[in-house]
Amino acid sequence: MSKDNKILEELTSKDYEHGWSVNLEADEAPIGLNEDIIRWISAKKEEPEWLLEWRLKAFNNWLTMTEPVWANVHYPKIDLQGLRYYSAPKKSNKPKSLDEIDPELLQIYERLGINLNEQKRLQGIAVDAVLDSVSVGTTFKETLSKLGIIFCSFSEAVHEHPELVKKYLGSVVPMTDNYYAALNSAVFSDGSFCYIPTGVRCPMELSTYFRINAANTGQFERTLIIADEGSYVSYLEGCTAPQRDENQLHAAVVEIYAAKNAEVKYSTVQNWYPGDKSGKGGIYNFVTKRGICAGDHSKISWTQVETGSAVTWKYPSCILKGDYSIGEFYSVAVTNNYQQADTGTKMIHIGKNTRSRIVSKGISAGRSQNSYRGQVQVMKRASNARNFSQCDSLLMGDRCGAHTFPYIDIQNPTAKVEHEATTSKIGEDQLFYCNQRGISTEDAVALIVNGYAKEVLNQLPMEFAVEAQKLLALTLEGSVG
Amino acid sequence: MLSIKNLHASIEGTPILRGINLEVKAGEVHAIMGPNGSGKSTLASVLAGREEYEVTEGEVVFQGKDLLELAPEDRAREGVFLAFQYPVEIPGVSTTNFLRTAVNQVREYRGLPALDAVKFLSVMKEKMKLVEIDQKLLSRSLNEGFSGGEKKRNEIFQMAMLEPTLSILDETDSGLDIDALRIVSNGVNKLKSDKTATIVVTHYQRLLDYIVPDYVHVLYNGRIVKSGTKELAMELEEKGYDWIKEEVNAASV
Repeated sequence: MSKDNKILEELTSKDYEHGWSVNLEADEAPIGLNEDIIRWISAKKEEPEWLLEWRLKAFNNWLTMTEPVWANVHYPKIDLQGLRYYSAPKKSNKPKSLDEIDPELLQIYERLGINLNEQKRLQGIAVDAVLDSVSVGTTFKETLSKLGIIFCSFSEAVHEHPELVKKYLGSVVPMTDNYYAALNSAVFSDGSFCYIPTGVRCPMELSTYFRINAANTGQFERTLIIADEGSYVSYLEGCTAPQRDENQLHAAVVEIYAAKNAEVKYSTVQNWYPGDKSGKGGIYNFVTKRGICAGDHSKISWTQVETGSAVTWKYPSCILKGDYSIGEFYSVAVTNNYQQADTGTKMIHIGKNTRSRIVSKGISAGRSQNSYRGQVQVMKRASNARNFSQCDSLLMGDRCGAHTFPYIDIQNPTAKVEHEATTSKIGEDQLFYCNQRGISTEDAVALIVNGYAKEVLNQLPMEFAVEAQKLLALTLEGSVG
Repeated sequence: MLSIKNLHASIEGTPILRGINLEVKAGEVHAIMGPNGSGKSTLASVLAGREEYEVTEGEVVFQGKDLLELAPEDRAREGVFLAFQYPVEIPGVSTTNFLRTAVNQVREYRGLPALDAVKFLSVMKEKMKLVEIDQKLLSRSLNEGFSGGEKKRNEIFQMAMLEPTLSILDETDSGLDIDALRIVSNGVNKLKSDKTATIVVTHYQRLLDYIVPDYVHVLYNGRIVKSGTKELAMELEEKGYDWIKEEVNAASV
């Protein structure tokens, strides 16, 4: 057995850290999916009539659609009728303030390293904590509201700010966009809502922490971020789930709207349960994320560190509508064991002088398959559009795969589009070199991988970057022998 | 300090080392010379623990420990340093960051507390002078885009930082111009002490003008066929290796 393979054998022996679950009494929808279930969810959330109608319309659209099969991922057909579409811990019932959140729920988050107590929290990060189908609490709401910033659960926004929700919901990702987005539009339960008013620079990082706890339940959250003219916000998303033998579906939708001169930075550290070493269990992460740079000189930047999920199907994208708008996508995707990831981005250049930058770093180990899929589209009126794409793949061992699927569609002759791609292996030479300096193989892999992913990790906010580095090392731990 | 007895090693079934015997004491500098393909670099790699080579016979004792039983990283932590002939590139990892990881892992093994950033930098500054290396080079990705001379200088800098007991220089002179050779050799000489030993693996005598050996050994066909002092190196420089080959071949007929 070569050294690489031995590394992998050990690497695959690492257990998932957040695999625990707790027994919570839950308020659940019956299993299955039909109009009655949607009415049930909507009623449970005491939604206005227009939203119910919107959901039903989405559902009827969804019925006419078929599951996408073009991605380079393989999994048994999901029995969508066998899932539960709503599960809320009973104790989550509408806390008026953070003090009213049930201690048991607080404990779940504390165990994950997320303290919802504002005094104890690091200053500078406001959190919305979403457990299964509901938001259990949002911190720093008052501090933020003094600046006119709205940061709350999606359900709350539906009641408190219906005009904003109505205006923007589905404006970036239409309900008919794709199979999973349509499904989400029909059954979405909760998520975060954020509005940054004109000219305001959000003084702290806003973040949502998603946790799936209940078994056999799909999580369909919806996030909507609106940055009004000249505003700025940095938004973080983290996710974990218990270790279960069956697969669980997570089909979220994130929509970002950036008005003139606005800037939104969206960072994700995705650490859903990836399944066990033999490929059993794990989250199916089928997510639609898209932002529109609606106004001139606006900017949307996606940064993702993807380490979890059994199957990932995710393409955070930017529609560059405003002139001089900028779209960025920085990604590190790590797959190990039997994980499959098909992830990338779409940059749609519509406005003049729009620019986009794509940096994708794939790391494959074990028997995993890691695909980058990206589209760069330059429309007719997008004069002087620029794109630079860099897609690197790092392979560990000889049983994994790395794939790159770039699609480039240029309709304007003034466009400049560059695509660079590399594939490399962690060499025995590199490992031996590190060993010879007294560095253990495990730390050598962490060092090499972090070096490789540095350009992307540098994009993350400080606290997140440290966490992401640790996570990368953890995911690949033992991969060196 | 180092005692090699009847060492045999092969790669993919092909024997390369066929019974090496060598004793190295503290304070000594040994030069290993020999024609291409004689097994010089293999010896260096086997001592450092490179896995491709299989040791089929013999023993190596380093400071009372069975070296061959130790993992490569533990050999390094015990004080064995190899200056590579072809140092590898590690993109995105600066020399500083790399060395900090290395130094602290070595210190941990030796039961010493980790150096904090400030202390580490001050040690680094001090060692930088030894090999006349520029700080800018150290913040760049390790060996990436370095010239041949910069890579070798960086190796010696790492040696200075790790303070090994036994340093093995594998063809450190290859690809160096005369100025770089002088700087690298100066660094090595300054690091020498009566508690440390150096094995210099080289094809040419030229390096030995700068790093003066106490003993010179000629490796041919996987064995040390001749040992002597600095004068042997001069003789080799003058006459080449053919006369050695002839001697050995004549003896074996």
